[in-house]
Amino acid sequence: MTHAADGARPSRGAPPATDSAARRRLDRRISWTLGIRRQTLVGWLFVLPALVMYGVFVLQPLALTVQYSLYRWDGVGPATWVGLSNYVTVLSEPKLVETLFNAFRLVLFYSVIPVTLGLVTASVIHRVASGRLGTVSRTVLFLPQVIPLVAAGIIWGRLLSLTGLINQGLTAIGLGDVARAWLGDFDTALPAVGLIGVWVLLGFCTVLLLTGMARIDRALFESARLDGAGWRQEFMAITAPSLRYELGICFTVTVIAALAAFDIVYVTTGGGPGNATAVPGIQIYILAFLERQVGLASALAVVLIVLVLIVILPIQRLSRGGER
Amino acid sequence: MRVARTELYAGRALLLGLIAITIVPFVSIFTTALYPSGSVPSGLGLPADPQWGNFLEAFSVANMSALLGSSVFIVLAVVPIALVISTMAGFGIGLLRIPGAGLLLLLFVFGLTLPFEGIITPLYFLARQMGILNTRLAIVLPLIGLFMPFAVFWMRAHFANMPDEISEAAVVDGASTWDLFWRIHVPLARAPMASLGILMAVWAWNQFLLALVLVEDPTQRTMAGALGAFQGHYATDIPLLCAGTILILLPTLLVFIVFQRHVIAALLQGSVKG
Repeated sequence: MTHAADGARPSRGAPPATDSAARRRLDRRISWTLGIRRQTLVGWLFVLPALVMYGVFVLQPLALTVQYSLYRWDGVGPATWVGLSNYVTVLSEPKLVETLFNAFRLVLFYSVIPVTLGLVTASVIHRVASGRLGTVSRTVLFLPQVIPLVAAGIIWGRLLSLTGLINQGLTAIGLGDVARAWLGDFDTALPAVGLIGVWVLLGFCTVLLLTGMARIDRALFESARLDGAGWRQEFMAITAPSLRYELGICFTVTVIAALAAFDIVYVTTGGGPGNATAVPGIQIYILAFLERQVGLASALAVVLIVLVLIVILPIQRLSRGGER
Repeated sequence: MRVARTELYAGRALLLGLIAITIVPFVSIFTTALYPSGSVPSGLGLPADPQWGNFLEAFSVANMSALLGSSVFIVLAVVPIALVISTMAGFGIGLLRIPGAGLLLLLFVFGLTLPFEGIITPLYFLARQMGILNTRLAIVLPLIGLFMPFAVFWMRAHFANMPDEISEAAVVDGASTWDLFWRIHVPLARAPMASLGILMAVWAWNQFLLALVLVEDPTQRTMAGALGAFQGHYATDIPLLCAGTILILLPTLLVFIVFQRHVIAALLQGSVKG
């Protein structure tokens, strides 16, 4: 990459062969290394404050979580070593296993739907709304992303309630029979919570994918259109493959949002009815702070952390592999 | 543009539909907030006699002035500190490339996927042990730590892309490492720092879990945390709850509208930079 700073260099003369350019870069790097980069200690001092805060308030609690997970502890009295039995409970007690399943069911709503719909929306904006409508849609769709999730939960809790706007609308078009307390019904509570996630995350995905599309060489689209490519062909042949990286990010962010969901669930259903919307985040909170089963809560926390890593790493690998 | 007419209309219809779905919930709580306190509103329309006083009432029952103060305090404590130390770390890792830089980066990046729930339980006991439980520090200090993975990652990406020539020229002129950082590179890093600052401010403002667990008194919490408590108390008084919700999300909306381009760009660059 060439930068504006090139002006500061001595003139290049004739266009250099690639290996002599590389050599010059190397020389430069060596002289630069001999200079300030030698001062290891000073360099580390720059990193130290961030490392301390990260170490004390993230890495230390992380280690403690693992430690707690091996004990039975009510948070006050003495703790008893129980080995891996908390993990056995997490992976075998139906209530807790269901929690993990719920997390994956949420992925469908928080991740698959927003990314798919975002892809469609972004390509629509890209193709037919380059003007004001495009700008307005971007801004408006992004709005839910900046408000507190708690607020999104309260707003939708209202809309989805028995007397809420959704049911009023259904009644108005003659579907009054379907009306129900969406968040209080065993069958619909999880999808209803998921829907709120779609509302929140759609804008993020759309705008991110749109920036990716803006980066694609316009000439590609021009020539595709000259060849008479329709929306579908253009999408399959140009847009989707070029967006691999952005898609990777969308999936990463939204999958984490799904597996680690807390705020929206807490204010709308609190995990209920029954166990219908209990996700790991909620269950950890309940176990640790309401039921005082710190060990079990910690084991679930470790499982959640590992689960996120297991899901995210392949996505990262897929979206990055082969590039560069 | 060679785009078929039907596609044009279908596309625009889709966009308008999505815009409506995004906006209607906001409109709905706004009109609901204007109904007489304690009543059960219906539809999207304004009530016959809008109760603007609901906002005043919500402002006072939610103790909004204390809340605003508390949230502003938290943001002002978290953002500058997090910004300075992450910029320094990004400089050390990305530009100085100190020995072990790769490993350090990996260590920070590992934290990017860490769900807050994963460490909230020990954070509670840690805060209790440090004697900061139920104070704003219990939110501020962990939040700075929790922001580090993203913030360091972000600033490192900026510094790693700076051409060597800039630093080299400064070093030849006899600049010390600190001069190089403070005089040369911080001014050049203003744009990514500004974006990062806005992002962290919004995240701090919206932080719920830490506030819920680590601070009992709602007036010592973040805005989002206080909203949770407010909902607990006024769940039955729908217009008042809606008025309170609007008051609490108004500041973030304003920030978004004012810094709109910045916020969007920031959020996106942040995720793309990796």
